[in-house]
Amino acid sequence: MTDTTPLMQLTGVSKSFGAVKALISADLTLEAGSIHALVGENGAGKSTLVKIIGGLYHRDDGEFTLEGQSVDFHNTKEAKEAGIAVIYQEPTLFPDLTVAENIFVGRQPYTRFGGLDRAKMRRETLELTRRLGVPIDPEREARGLSIADQQVVEIAKSISVGAKVIIMDEPTAALSGVEVDRLMGIARQLRDEGRGLIFISHRFDEVFSLCDTITVMRDGTYIATNKAAEVTEDAIIRQMVGRSVENLFPKQETTIGEPVLEVKNLTSAGVFDDVSFTVRSGEIVAFAGLVGAGRSEIARAVFGVDRYDSGSVSIGGKAVPPKNPMAAMRLGMGFVPEDRRKQGLAMAAGVQQNITLAIRENLAKFGFITSSLEEPAARTWASRLQVKTHALDTEASMLSGGNQQKVVLGKWLATQPKFLIVDEPTRGIDVGTKSEVHRLLSELAGTGVALLMISSELPEVLGMADRVLVVREGRITAELSREQATPENVMYAATHATEEGEAAA
Amino acid sequence: MTAATTTAPTDATRYLRHGRPLWRRALLRPESVIILAIVLLLIVGTLTVPFFAQPYTYQTMILNAAPVLIMLLPVTLIIITGDIDLSVGSILGFSSALFGLAFQAGVPVGLAAVIGVVAGGLVGVLNGVLVTVVGLPSLAVTIGTLALFRGIAVGLLGTTSITDFPAEIPRFLTAPLLGLPFPVVTVAIIVLAIAFGLLLHFTPFGRGVFAIGLSPENAAFSGVPVNRTRLILFVLSGLVAGATGVYFTLQYSNAIGTNGFGFELQVVTAIVLGGVSIWGGKGTLLGALAGGLLIAALNKTLQLAGIGSDTISIVTGAALIFSVVVASIAGFISRRRRSKASAVTAAA
Amino acid sequence: MSVTHSVPPVEAGRSWIQKLLRAREFGLVVLIIALVAVTAAIQPTFVFSDGGWRELLRQPTILILIAIGEAIVIITRNIDLSVGSILCLSTYTSGFLFANVEGMPIPLVVLIGVALGAFLGLINGLLVAFLKVPSLVITLGTLYAYRGIAILWIGPHFIRSSWLPPEFRQFGTTPFLTIPLLLIVVLIVVLLVGWFMTSRRAGRDLYALGSNPEAATLFGLSERRLTLTAFTTSGALAGLAGLVYLAIYATGDAKVGTGYELEAVAAAVVGGVAIVGGSGTIWGVALGAFFLATISSALPVLGVPSLWQQALVGLFIVGAILLDRILFITRTRRAKRSGSAS
Repeated sequence: MTDTTPLMQLTGVSKSFGAVKALISADLTLEAGSIHALVGENGAGKSTLVKIIGGLYHRDDGEFTLEGQSVDFHNTKEAKEAGIAVIYQEPTLFPDLTVAENIFVGRQPYTRFGGLDRAKMRRETLELTRRLGVPIDPEREARGLSIADQQVVEIAKSISVGAKVIIMDEPTAALSGVEVDRLMGIARQLRDEGRGLIFISHRFDEVFSLCDTITVMRDGTYIATNKAAEVTEDAIIRQMVGRSVENLFPKQETTIGEPVLEVKNLTSAGVFDDVSFTVRSGEIVAFAGLVGAGRSEIARAVFGVDRYDSGSVSIGGKAVPPKNPMAAMRLGMGFVPEDRRKQGLAMAAGVQQNITLAIRENLAKFGFITSSLEEPAARTWASRLQVKTHALDTEASMLSGGNQQKVVLGKWLATQPKFLIVDEPTRGIDVGTKSEVHRLLSELAGTGVALLMISSELPEVLGMADRVLVVREGRITAELSREQATPENVMYAATHATEEGEAAA
Repeated sequence: MTAATTTAPTDATRYLRHGRPLWRRALLRPESVIILAIVLLLIVGTLTVPFFAQPYTYQTMILNAAPVLIMLLPVTLIIITGDIDLSVGSILGFSSALFGLAFQAGVPVGLAAVIGVVAGGLVGVLNGVLVTVVGLPSLAVTIGTLALFRGIAVGLLGTTSITDFPAEIPRFLTAPLLGLPFPVVTVAIIVLAIAFGLLLHFTPFGRGVFAIGLSPENAAFSGVPVNRTRLILFVLSGLVAGATGVYFTLQYSNAIGTNGFGFELQVVTAIVLGGVSIWGGKGTLLGALAGGLLIAALNKTLQLAGIGSDTISIVTGAALIFSVVVASIAGFISRRRRSKASAVTAAA
Repeated sequence: MSVTHSVPPVEAGRSWIQKLLRAREFGLVVLIIALVAVTAAIQPTFVFSDGGWRELLRQPTILILIAIGEAIVIITRNIDLSVGSILCLSTYTSGFLFANVEGMPIPLVVLIGVALGAFLGLINGLLVAFLKVPSLVITLGTLYAYRGIAILWIGPHFIRSSWLPPEFRQFGTTPFLTIPLLLIVVLIVVLLVGWFMTSRRAGRDLYALGSNPEAATLFGLSERRLTLTAFTTSGALAGLAGLVYLAIYATGDAKVGTGYELEAVAAAVVGGVAIVGGSGTIWGVALGAFFLATISSALPVLGVPSLWQQALVGLFIVGAILLDRILFITRTRRAKRSGSAS
């Protein structure tokens, strides 16, 4: 391979789903022996681009060459055979098969008697995982492997098929610090072997320490490619957002009142430990920290979806019984969960059905509920939140991400909560709707609602929160006021051990 | 993913749900299609099959179909939550056996009946606990209890049958009601159907049932007591199947181990035929009932037409497969039409 | 690459004895030996007689065949409720051919019986794979439809043993090195199917599909092809079972095989196949079927009316899924603990 021919090149690639243009014009040039970061906000088209490269989607238009040859994948198999491997955030292994079989599935070696050569598979698996520095028992079932180990299995698989291009789609999102280091070590090793890596991440520290080239995408379009050594974080953020960050967060000043939610010594063995905090009326408290730090788990336990071992939760002085979301709702709690598609909505149900689900008991008259009782409530909230939909019986799955999130918000606002948890409220939402959601949350706090916001986007945390609680490995490691909460302080507390975190605060 | 729909926002009139006239919407519903099919069948039967137009035809049609029509009511709710209960036929047999044995042992009919119903309820509790508390798939659990309680019924009664029930009870049960061509059980079917219909379609509990079927996780996050709801439904199913067992025994004045054998399959067939999705989350009680009636009517017509009384199985099977093929094709067409429609609005 | 500090030591593969003791197959073998031993102690002729042990081995063959077919389908996260009806059609078709076609060679009839089963299974597979309707619904429909065809066709008739050529009737008893030939055939089929499922890529793909259908599709495995394979195989094995039925009982009517679908599911579950797919072995299922079939012949000897056989089958299904659940939970806990310890 000469220097003039890149390992992989995409130019002007576009892709639409029905009316939705997911990708307008994407460019990407990957050199061999390089780690190339692909960054952009959620919804910028990174995942679509990855799926096109991996053969899951077929591009509508544009050039796609691999080592100078034009390629055209119709399924994942063709992409794989051409030397492209995609490692997803949550790997897709076969839990009932052994690690060795997962690596060799579909191309298991045969002995000369026509059976599987298990000895060979075992040997090669062990050798592969050793080479990656993470030996894994080849004979164990994939079920129960940690996400980090599952990724190692996926990487071993891609090496064993001789992948030239390895794409890692937010691989570090669910990993602990040690595991991230390990993964980055593996990535460098793969680069040194002459492979080309595409690394998708929202964490700039990782991007800058690992990658040599950074390509930025925004709204389905290629923006710029930078040498990592020649560009600053701020410049990248400007390219990503296309405007300055401040405008995004129209935070209103509010008067903060009495404590609404009080959580004391909440503990769930192995998940979170001795968590205490309060949220006051009119206040927005943010849970910051890395994905997997236990933020959502705490919130789920507070709301009662998950159990906890000890501790107490109260709202307005009234104790909230554990493991009983219905009781929590009656006391005025609401929860906009992080996974909109699975937890927040019934995707196959209409807008009205979704909005009125949480208030079905309040709407009922003499124990009975009819569509005509539900319709006014649904219409009120759908129009108040400006949900863009054809009709109230339009399936939630037909709406855009932003409108879906508005439906979820409408569903919870309809319950007129005193305390609302919003978990990653703007994940996967276009920029316009994002600021609408922010304005909405801010207004809500203005009316005296206590808000707990979980967010992995630091600017969102800093822009919205009156107070920031940093969660690290299941504990609250720092409490920062709006003034104290700088990116450095929050990141430091999120990544460093407790004592230091408190020192930083 | 930006802006899928570019419809103008927030004018209250935009949210009128009724794009098409009422009669067209009503007509296109799966249950309407089935009811239409039943009516057509009855007309054709009346015109072409000798003796069809007699009241006795309807009388026996309802009598034959009653157990399935009653048992499918709670099972419909179970299927809408995404679970399944294949044990109802065996619960019927089990309840029938206990009822018969208790009666034989000198227990008054009323008390023996209570024993039968409660026994059914307890089997329902067992199913429900295994599914919700232990967390086993309902398909596996109810296949197991299907074998278990049929086995116990057969084991308890052996090859004997208990037939010495007071003769006036079966006579009362099979007699026409107030001179109409319907037996007494028709009242029970209607009352239970209204009760379950209200529960499913007009209560917060029913809203929860649909929510669980659409997405159990979303239901839990929305304050639906998921496991409690599922448990209640299994217990209801057990109680209803138990009561049906007592009724069935008295109607035929016969408690044998094979009472209700294979009914679970007829129940599921009727429900699926009635347009209830086996994946859960979609369907109506009216549809399920109509499915049950259609099978009953088909069976009666063929029987009277002299094609033989054994044709029930081929009719049931063919109807079931036919209905899923049609539903599958209809779903395909509507998906295509919808994606076209959304493309059009976006272009506008 | 120097990040090795957090690397957990690789377990050098648990000792084979431990693996053996944990395997479902081992438990079943112990259960079967115990059952046979107790029964033989009460009535020695149950095993120790000329016909005794042969009958003991011959009787479960029908269930074994349909159960391993059922297992393949369940492993792909489907279910096949039509096997009993397929068996019936195969039995009667074969008997009918012997009776009505002069000089029909036995191998051709066997081939037709198996092919008929495979064809009916293929119909199931096509409906499931292309309509995207749950197999429970489809095979519930074909359970009725195939049975209905049998009833319409056969009516009140039944196969008389005089219809069958003597060589075919003796097939169930003709010994080869003292072992009935029939047994050897079934054993070879079990070994072949078992070998296919453990040692051929296509077999492993079936496990992969049932283990994680989304991953299988993402990986590029053809769900349609695998679904067709599973249902066709199940149908073919049910067809073969129909011939075995004919060879053993030399009779058959429109009711043959009624309720076999549940026994087949029971044998698969007892044999260690998870109802949610992805796991279980053919050997385990064959042993599970052997166990369930032997119970029914042992019950009268043990002083329990054979009427209770079905209750026991039910108890074993419920017991087996409970056991699987408990094992699954403890295994997951252990995996988690060892994971968090590293």
